[in-house]
Amino acid sequence: MVLVFAEAVNGQLKKAALEAVTYGAQTAQLLGSQCVALTLGNIQNAGQLGVYGASKVYNVQGEAFGNFDSQVFASAIAQATEKLGATVVVLSHTSTGKSLLGRLAARLNAGSVAGAKSLPDISGGGFKVTKGVYSGKAIATYDISSPIKLIALAGNEIPLKADGNEVAVETLEIAAPASKVKVLSVKREEGIVPLPEATTVVSAGRGMKGPENWGMVEELAQVMGATTACSRPVADADWRPHHEHVGQTGVAIRPNLYIAIGISGAIQHLAGVNQSKVIVVINKDPEAPFFKAADYGVVGDLFEVVPRLTAAMKKFKAA
Amino acid sequence: MKLLVCVSKTPDTTSKISFTADGTKFNDAGITFIMNPYDEWYALVRACELVEKNGGTVTLINVGGADNDQTIRKGLAIGATDAVRVDAEPKSALFIAKQIAEHAKSQNYDIIFCGKESIDYNGSEVGAMVAEYLDLPFISYASKLDVNGATATVERDIEGGVETVEVNGPFVVSAAKGMAEQRIPNMMGIMKAKSKPFTVVPAVSFPDYAVPVSYTMPKAKTGVKLVAPDNMEELVRLLHEEAKVI
Ligand SMILES: Cc1cc2nc3c(=O)[nH]c(=O)nc-3n(C[C@H](O)[C@H](O)[C@H](O)COP(=O)(O)OP(=O)(O)OC[C@H]3O[C@@H](n4cnc5c(N)ncnc54)[C@H](O)[C@@H]3O)c2cc1C
Repeated sequence: MVLVFAEAVNGQLKKAALEAVTYGAQTAQLLGSQCVALTLGNIQNAGQLGVYGASKVYNVQGEAFGNFDSQVFASAIAQATEKLGATVVVLSHTSTGKSLLGRLAARLNAGSVAGAKSLPDISGGGFKVTKGVYSGKAIATYDISSPIKLIALAGNEIPLKADGNEVAVETLEIAAPASKVKVLSVKREEGIVPLPEATTVVSAGRGMKGPENWGMVEELAQVMGATTACSRPVADADWRPHHEHVGQTGVAIRPNLYIAIGISGAIQHLAGVNQSKVIVVINKDPEAPFFKAADYGVVGDLFEVVPRLTAAMKKFKAA
Repeated sequence: MKLLVCVSKTPDTTSKISFTADGTKFNDAGITFIMNPYDEWYALVRACELVEKNGGTVTLINVGGADNDQTIRKGLAIGATDAVRVDAEPKSALFIAKQIAEHAKSQNYDIIFCGKESIDYNGSEVGAMVAEYLDLPFISYASKLDVNGATATVERDIEGGVETVEVNGPFVVSAAKGMAEQRIPNMMGIMKAKSKPFTVVPAVSFPDYAVPVSYTMPKAKTGVKLVAPDNMEELVRLLHEEAKVI
């Protein structure tokens, strides 16, 4: 059985959870097995996980799931794995999933792949899964040999497949330990798709000259339904919030479309964005290194190009 | 305070990555190795700051071969008190975590630090594994860490925001940007590092359950298509019709 831990935030399933269930269902099909989803705490519409391929959805109730603590969540997921006899456990490669993966590996004595990019290849008795390594500069194939296999699926890697039916949610009785961590506050920007989940990202760098000019970046992002990001010096100078910083030392993202405005394309910046499917670079310097990593390029002054792009996007959206 | 910092050695961030012709091994010819930046700049420096303020010791631990000694000495030069190297050529994260947990289980560390991920395998797993082996809380992606008596307050990066947590008693933390500022070791630090205690211990035997068996390079970009700056309708058309991303 393939067990998928479906992540939620504020009681709402994350897109990453739907992707994980889609992946789990396809893996189960390969293995001739079934895919079962697990939710922890109060989750709305958990039954819709059936639509993405879960044949059953289990829910564990408990006070302790109100806030995220890896120790509490990992204990519940490990107990569910053992109780249900799952041999493959799928998580999302989010800050939550990453904090759980290692714990589950230690607890279940299992091999794990962090940030999987492919369905398992089970030919020849192996269990091979690929993942990005060296900050996106290469791809490694891992072979997992333990009886239980753990996979954290990279975000935006597989297209959602919604061809199943909603299922009833069954309660699973599991006692989770009390949390030793007290959450004092959670500050989350509301109403935006967080960067790791975003399919379109509009990002800007030092070429913007100053924070007062960001209006045009935000407008383009708004028209496109995109999330905004920035280069490191921009976050370091407090022109933009810290959580927008992408790259080697910031968030690593993998959207379908990454638009880089006034960013030179230093290797450490590329390390966080080079797994984007399509990259557009807007820069006035034709020698900017970013053009080598781009699919589409515009050589020009961003202060003229960006408003034109926004206008063209508006026209396209209206059509 | 008794602190442990887990450090690894990785290729420099600007390295050009390549593999042996059969694609099974990393090609380290011409590669400059450094201490994993998250381990060094954030975890180690914050640990040193805490003992400088509150008293105590910072122990460094690395699982690796003798070729890691230079990296470990640098950590001692930055300010760690002593170092342990578990002698092995590790192939999997769980193996590494097992070795660290074996060392730590009898030592009663107050805080065990690691970096948020290593920049080679990008696994982000070892800290969580060590925490599970030792049955300790794990606070990941911490960008700020303060200690007040037995209580630590930690800010951690979450998707699109920050979470602030409080923890009493020992825990494992993974360090992200913001926790401290990079420190360049000075001459005195480098001299002192030579005489600081540095022990090499054998590894406990443990299987590898998940290992990389081959490597490939991502598909190279075929070359950028330039669009005239006064024709953004064309860019939109290409993104829609050719790239199919809008
Ligand atoms: C270990 C390490 C880790 C790092 N991690 C990261 C990281 O995670 N993320 C990151 O981003 N950086 C990181 N850096 C920094 C990185 O090396 C670069 O310094 C940084 O990415 C540069 O930011 P930038 O492109 O915004 O600025 P710049 O390099 O200053 O580039 C600005 C660009 O804007 C263009 N420009 C200027 N004016 C205009 C205009 N009017 N119209 C159009 N274009 C214009 C310029 O031609 C230039 O190409 C790291 C560095 C190190 C050493």
